[in-house]
Amino acid sequence: MEFAASFALVMPELVLIAAGLVLLLVAAWGGDKAARLIAIAAAAALFAAGLLLVPGLHFGVDGPATLAFGGLIKVDSFALFAKALIYLAAIGALMIAPPFFDGPSAGSERGMRAEYPVLILFAAVGMSIMVSANDFMSLYLGLELNSLSAYVLAAILRRDPRSGEAGLKYFVLGALASGILLYGMSLLYGFTGGTSFTAVRAGLTGEMGYGALFGVIFVLSGLAFKISAVPFHMWTPDVYEGAPTPVTAFFATAPKVAAVALTARVVFEVFGGQVAAWQQIVMFMALASIIFGALGAIGQENLKRLLAYSSINNIGFILLGLAVANADGASAMLVYLFIYVAMSLGSFVALLMLRGEDGALFETFADIRGLSVTQPAIAWALLLFMFSLAGIPPLLGFYSKFVVFQATIEAGLVAFGAIAIAASVIGAFYYIKFVKVMFFDEPAGVVTGKSGAAHWVLLGLTALIVSPLGYLLTPSLTDLADKAAASLFLTV
Amino acid sequence: MEGLPILSLMMLAPLAGAAACLFAGAAAARWIALGATLVTFVLGVVLWSNYQIGGPQWQFTEEANLFAGFQYKLGIDGIALMLIMLSVFLMPVCILASWESVQKRVGEYMAAFLFMEVLMIGTFAAQDLFLFYVFFEAGLIPMYLIIGVWGGDNRIYASYKFFLYTLFGSVLMLIAMFWMVAEAGTSDIPTLMQYSFPAGAQTWLWLAFFASFAVKVPMWPLHTWLPDAHVQAPTAGSVILAGVLLKLGGYGFIRFSLPMFPEASAQFAWLVFALSMIAVVYTSLVALVQTDMKKLIAYSSVAHMAIVTVGLFAFNVQGLEGAMIVMLSHGLVSGALFLCVGVIYDRLHTREIARYGGLAINMPYYALFFLLFTMASIGLPGTSGFVGEFLSLAGIYQTSSLVALICTTGIILGAAYMLYLYRRVAFGGQVNEDAAAMRDISAREWVMMAPIAAAVMWMGVYPESFLAPMRADIAVLDARLAAAAPAGDAKLAPGAPRAAAANAMPHHEGSETSSAKEGAH
Repeated sequence: MEFAASFALVMPELVLIAAGLVLLLVAAWGGDKAARLIAIAAAAALFAAGLLLVPGLHFGVDGPATLAFGGLIKVDSFALFAKALIYLAAIGALMIAPPFFDGPSAGSERGMRAEYPVLILFAAVGMSIMVSANDFMSLYLGLELNSLSAYVLAAILRRDPRSGEAGLKYFVLGALASGILLYGMSLLYGFTGGTSFTAVRAGLTGEMGYGALFGVIFVLSGLAFKISAVPFHMWTPDVYEGAPTPVTAFFATAPKVAAVALTARVVFEVFGGQVAAWQQIVMFMALASIIFGALGAIGQENLKRLLAYSSINNIGFILLGLAVANADGASAMLVYLFIYVAMSLGSFVALLMLRGEDGALFETFADIRGLSVTQPAIAWALLLFMFSLAGIPPLLGFYSKFVVFQATIEAGLVAFGAIAIAASVIGAFYYIKFVKVMFFDEPAGVVTGKSGAAHWVLLGLTALIVSPLGYLLTPSLTDLADKAAASLFLTV
Repeated sequence: MEGLPILSLMMLAPLAGAAACLFAGAAAARWIALGATLVTFVLGVVLWSNYQIGGPQWQFTEEANLFAGFQYKLGIDGIALMLIMLSVFLMPVCILASWESVQKRVGEYMAAFLFMEVLMIGTFAAQDLFLFYVFFEAGLIPMYLIIGVWGGDNRIYASYKFFLYTLFGSVLMLIAMFWMVAEAGTSDIPTLMQYSFPAGAQTWLWLAFFASFAVKVPMWPLHTWLPDAHVQAPTAGSVILAGVLLKLGGYGFIRFSLPMFPEASAQFAWLVFALSMIAVVYTSLVALVQTDMKKLIAYSSVAHMAIVTVGLFAFNVQGLEGAMIVMLSHGLVSGALFLCVGVIYDRLHTREIARYGGLAINMPYYALFFLLFTMASIGLPGTSGFVGEFLSLAGIYQTSSLVALICTTGIILGAAYMLYLYRRVAFGGQVNEDAAAMRDISAREWVMMAPIAAAVMWMGVYPESFLAPMRADIAVLDARLAAAAPAGDAKLAPGAPRAAAANAMPHHEGSETSSAKEGAH
């Protein structure tokens, strides 16, 4: 009986797992010819799983009724919000992939491999478990399921050395991060006597010993690796540059959401009683990510590397919401995540549309010179994304900065907020360089290829969201984020 | 007029025009842009004629709960009304000024200008603090594009400098806004204008707002982006920059800094005075040695805006009214001067003063307009410049005679550099053959210049039309500032007015008894 209730709670994951297993068999027998069909089926499964989240999202769920499998899993509003974002981003990653793999940029093996959609599905399951983990065991399980799928995805172009290098780097550094995380978890287990979040939290009350403190720091460091926050960000530019662009788009969106949500859950639910122990760490990571993300991006010629630094910079602003350590900050962080996903997905779709006559992709500044003359639609969309990432009103990117800074100031962290916002001006420099190259320079005239309908749809949709019209979404978005954040703080 | 959301309509008309221009061809885009700006101007005239002088402080208010975090709330007082009128008046002129000079990517150019107009109207009409910030800051995007795409040779440097300077100024203001809203519990501007923030906090808030507005105005030493941006921007871009965007800084002071932080404003008045005095003298001297016409006028803008800031921080009615009139006047006059430069630039494609000379011979009408605007810039009585500068300086004299003394030298220096410019361009012999062969102004250029000339004269001869709508609002502001106003050093003691005019003849004194006496003699 209790088991039935638990299964009902994890229904979206069950749908994804079943779809993943069935499609794996189809892939095994159908081969790469069936890849497109599998991608469509996988997207449908993700969409169906997403629909299952809607009632819970709408009404808001929290409390003991959300615990499944004896407290290993917790399906509250917070988890639902993160899952919805993850599924949407994963659908995006599936939509943009086929034209890329069909083109010459995919190297000697043309055509999408049948494993690609299946791996995305398994990664989505892993992320689902991450965001609804209520125990360090289920946390690690989800994290590794996601990470292992991601390592393979990064290296999916087997004959392309860049892709292989990205996969290897990601794997080695990811394994190191997992090791650090595990070590921290074992310390926490040793000093508190439990692995469930409630048990660890109960064990961390009062004066904290050095052992437990080291546990907290190691866990945070491992998680910082996964969200690529400074000083654990070094792998990001290399992996983003080397991985196939649709995979990069996926890395920049869904796993980021999952890892940030997981970090938020750990710091609030597990370390929520010891805010003083982690707040400074998060504040440092936030400021360092904003500054180094911005400075690192300035010298980049490769657009994918630039967007990698931009994602580090954005993680800094997201951590700002975390550093505030209250429900407003968590809500602001979720709003930021939503807008961030739209902006970076849109930017990567636009990058995927920079094709030559033969369909090969361009990815440096030199290639997009004067893009506004040759491809005005893509150039204007990129202009929206860049100004939005820079946080210039009236684009929606301003609203994401608006909410996190408002939460920061309302919590009384005025000096912290002032430094962070001043540092955001550094970031504006390379975003407007993007616009300068596209609009002010003489056309290079190499981007002449045509793009498919899927790209245009996704580009139009994301551009519409970041345009000023996106502000009309903010009331409902804030409402959902508030519910999600409230469920996170129920235990505090 | 009740219920008609006229402010929203004024923003919707150019917005629709902008969208249409993006997709239209070059010729169509020009006409669409002209049509949209004229419609907006007509709506502006309707707005002004329906504005009740002496009515409620905030009129034409609109409210809608569209967003989370802040509200869509519009409304204007007399100050905002005048600045909106200035914007919508200059806009069709800008479109006409770009009619022939802009040949590349016309649709996008016109769209950027129309979008700019939406934002300007929005900035002046916003009644929510964050809505104001959105409009205020969004202007960066179209202006960056206008300078960068259609500007001169060094446009990229200028556009970066403009963007980063202004952005850095504004982000600190945003932090201050968050603090204010958290403290006061509302982002409604009229409420915040009456809210008393703790004196210690006011200092910081004032400084944060100052960082933004001082860059916009711009005040010395934060003015260095202005000459670059002006010189590189296309003519119409300079007109908008000088005519309206600089006024955003002055508007910021009068709408936010002064009423919201009166104590801090008094505390920092010395800073504003010091920077303004340096600006008046220093930039006037710099203007004197320029060889580039646009740069000269750009530096003169810094000097004129310094008169504005001095007037604002005089803490009395004359100073405030004077500052507003200088802003309106400078908007018209410097805009017109940039147009004058643009007219000859279109013909000879150089801004170097030495390449011209003797234009009064072959371009008499042009020389006439140029002379009028030169005189208005100097502040000759009968032109708008005189009214504003006189009031400002009279206001500041009551607060500090030293500041008044030094700022008045700015008027003299202003006369020096403007007359020197005019002499080199319009008078003297025709030293350059190509300059001597230039045609006089065309019908299109007449249409651009004549309305501005008329407005300059109107404001000079009968400033009451422009002062009347603002009078009540400035009185409210003055009352708010009264408690914090610093004691002046002029110590003006109003004497008893004499009973009769000084030159009255004795037998015309009106009293019945005296005339009866006279009759008895």
